[in-house]
Amino acid sequence: MLKGCIALLACLVVGEIVVYLLTLPLPGAVVGMALALGLLVWRGGEPPAELREASQGLLQYLSLLFVPAGVGLILHLDRLRSEWLALSVAVVGGALLTIALSALLLQRLVRRGGRTDD
Amino acid sequence: MIERLGGLWGHLQGLPVFWLLLTLGVFQLATMIARRSGGFPLANPVGMSILALVLLLHFTGTPYERYWAGAQWLHLVLAPATVALAVPLYLQRARILRFAKPLLLTLVLGSLLAIFSAVAIGWALGASEGSLLALAPKSATAPVAMGIVEKLGGIVSLTAALVILTGVTGAMLGLWLLDRLGVKDPAVRGFALGLASHGIGTARAFQESEETGAFAGLGMGLNALMTSVLVPVLYGLV
Repeated sequence: MLKGCIALLACLVVGEIVVYLLTLPLPGAVVGMALALGLLVWRGGEPPAELREASQGLLQYLSLLFVPAGVGLILHLDRLRSEWLALSVAVVGGALLTIALSALLLQRLVRRGGRTDD
Repeated sequence: MIERLGGLWGHLQGLPVFWLLLTLGVFQLATMIARRSGGFPLANPVGMSILALVLLLHFTGTPYERYWAGAQWLHLVLAPATVALAVPLYLQRARILRFAKPLLLTLVLGSLLAIFSAVAIGWALGASEGSLLALAPKSATAPVAMGIVEKLGGIVSLTAALVILTGVTGAMLGLWLLDRLGVKDPAVRGFALGLASHGIGTARAFQESEETGAFAGLGMGLNALMTSVLVPVLYGLV
């Protein structure tokens, strides 16, 4: 577990270094994720048990980790209040439309791909 | 001892661990309510916890900085948890590679749709120009969306709020909507949810299955990349 956490933190810090040096428009965590994935592919086979444990432990509580930033909404209540109708319809409508159409498109493409493979 | 009771609330308010305890406690309670509700989509633990804590801070007049002093310890873990998504992604590598083309095509169209649908609806309902720019990258993960808007000279804090609301919307209603549409493949469900509602949607996807979660993480990561390319380009065109 500790070794797994060290590996994840090391990937994160290297990700932050890469973002800083190359001035990428991405968060260090996303680059760190790509880096960790790259290392796992390069290594091949099953992922190390310690890493799997650490990863599962963290991802199990992923929802909880968004709560502190989410409570930050309180800082923007005035702005949200003044344009609440346009913003809430745009946020909810946009998100649902995107989820529905992306899923239907992908489902179609995957099924068609599956048929040509068989 | 009794005479000290009057100052107790002030003392607790200044204790970071008190807010950490409240955040964990509220989330545990919200999780129990969500379970009891039998999967009612609006009874989402993240949404309910944020709402409860916002109300609590508002009515006790607690500044967000006080809350943050304790809650930041949870926030700190978010970055390594994002890196941890690499493990389920790696375990799904065979399916990802097999469906590389459909996934990439869906990514490009889905990312464009996420940007255009929000901006078009906002524009039609008379949102201000500053709000429209903040709406554009809202499906991308918060640090990416904030970085994009900052570079284009928009309102960064508003972007953060809209990103969170988008994530909570996806987490609350996304899987429910996909059930209604008859989309059953966990890979398809996860990818759409992660693409449209980033990390909060991904967290919800993990509650369904590891496969749904892995594909949500993929959708989130790829859309972060796509949005950071598309929004500045589209903004240059208008």
